[in-house]
Amino acid sequence: MTNNKPASEKMRIIHDTKRPMLSDYISDVFDDFVELHGDRYFGDDHAITAGIGYLNGMPVTVIGHRKGRTIEQNMDANFGMAHPEGYRKALRLAHQAEKFHRPVINFVDTGGAFCGVGAEERGQGEAIARCLYDFIELKTPVVSIVTGEGGSGGALALAVADRVLMLENALYSVISPRGCASILWKDPKREAEAADTLRITADDLYSFGMIEGVIPEGQSGAQLVRNVGRAIRDALDELAKEPDMDTMLQKRYEKFRKIGVFRQINQEEIEGV
Amino acid sequence: MLLDLFHKTRETSMEMKPQEESDSRVVTCKGCGAELKAYAYGKNLYVCPHCGRYGRLLARTRIRQIADKDSFEELYANLAPADPIEFPGYADKAAELAEKLGMPDAVKTGVCRIGGVETCLGVMDSHFMMASMGSVVGEKLTRLFEYATEKSLPVVIFTCSGGARMQEGMFSLLQMAKVSAAARRHSDAGLLYITVLTDPTTGGVTASFAMLGDIILAEPRTTIGFAGRRVIEGTIGQTLPEDFQSSEFLLSHGFCDKIVPRNMLRGTLETLLKLHRQPKPKKRQVWHNDK
Repeated sequence: MTNNKPASEKMRIIHDTKRPMLSDYISDVFDDFVELHGDRYFGDDHAITAGIGYLNGMPVTVIGHRKGRTIEQNMDANFGMAHPEGYRKALRLAHQAEKFHRPVINFVDTGGAFCGVGAEERGQGEAIARCLYDFIELKTPVVSIVTGEGGSGGALALAVADRVLMLENALYSVISPRGCASILWKDPKREAEAADTLRITADDLYSFGMIEGVIPEGQSGAQLVRNVGRAIRDALDELAKEPDMDTMLQKRYEKFRKIGVFRQINQEEIEGV
Repeated sequence: MLLDLFHKTRETSMEMKPQEESDSRVVTCKGCGAELKAYAYGKNLYVCPHCGRYGRLLARTRIRQIADKDSFEELYANLAPADPIEFPGYADKAAELAEKLGMPDAVKTGVCRIGGVETCLGVMDSHFMMASMGSVVGEKLTRLFEYATEKSLPVVIFTCSGGARMQEGMFSLLQMAKVSAAARRHSDAGLLYITVLTDPTTGGVTASFAMLGDIILAEPRTTIGFAGRRVIEGTIGQTLPEDFQSSEFLLSHGFCDKIVPRNMLRGTLETLLKLHRQPKPKKRQVWHNDK
């Protein structure tokens, strides 16, 4: 179902400009998509596209990190690195989806939340924190797909969901391999080595129980997009079988609650340390 | 986002043990270089009397300063870090710090009284890998919130952190979601959560439970932010002003409720906790007016 390529090689694959991106998923998976803009506080962040459309005849809310193919598009989208207003737009539309009982489909593809002066002034930390705090209790089904780069907190903000899926070559990491290499070896050029150390592939995350599925990419971009569409429909079909909202939210909570690896030490060890 | 802070801070603490008056040791203030008598420095809550610099506290020192005398009962002290992705050097480093600091990871959690009000208290300790958040920090804080929800108690967390703990890979990132989820359930139960931001609070901790308090307090002149200062300077290619990402910066931008000097913290917490002590209103009752 998946491949054994190392993370360092997948890093190259996901940065291929021919790889499908948010605009492709929106046009091929959804019908009648209407983009909605703005966070109602500060502005409209072009690093996040959000709106509503049909998935197989069912209205859904779609939110995702936007990247571009050309340098101009990428500048406009800030290379998919959102400011606080991007996360606040996402949250506004998530709550709107809750009100109108629409499932939320998140597409995650970001190097991380933007690091800059304006982002700090407008509370990047608070904006991300609020996403985690609200998506966990959002009373509508949420499906997140990591399609390319899952960069740290900026990715997690859109990945608190009932089903988190990853494309087979996608990566999802606590820190960029480059950042890790800079800290660990004081040498950002060793990013490939860091990527392989960090255990960030879809298979890694699946084996850790952090995601519910890995989506095969097939032989072409078109097939990849079709597979993503099918995976979303399957995930929503499964979620439709939940007996009630409380059960779904409880399962969502427990999914995140169980993550963590630690040792239990005894009293002497505690006093010994 | 994880910050490259923790490899460089090795502040050997003089607040390791309660100091005796006869203690003749001398500490050099890292702010102004003044020579401070250890005992007097401790009595002044590890604030330099000359330049006002705030020393970073050990968790147990903070607990001594905040909790009513002998009221702190530690919970979940038996959780110690594992090495889930076999990250180079992590297990050794964690073991070495555990031995040196007498705590297995970067947070102490427990129940105490503050001004007589029973409170769940979590205190992060920057001496342990810059209080980066891995599975143990996440699990202990999550359990603390769950305990508080079950017992209907308020939660106070003193935050400081370099962010998510890179050495645990994705296990650390997802602790942000885990703790925030537990904080949300605590909040939905109508209970009070106060965060006290201390130096430095950054990265994944800022982007999760540090910013989720009903009330957010901060110590003066602390560094609080999401991205590392040097990362931003690298992005924009210029030097940032001194007060960028300080608690004063946060206050002026509307992201913290109040800056509280260290000697006022205990009293402020006591007042706030007592203000929230009344029972929940009954149905249809607009406000409490029993007394």
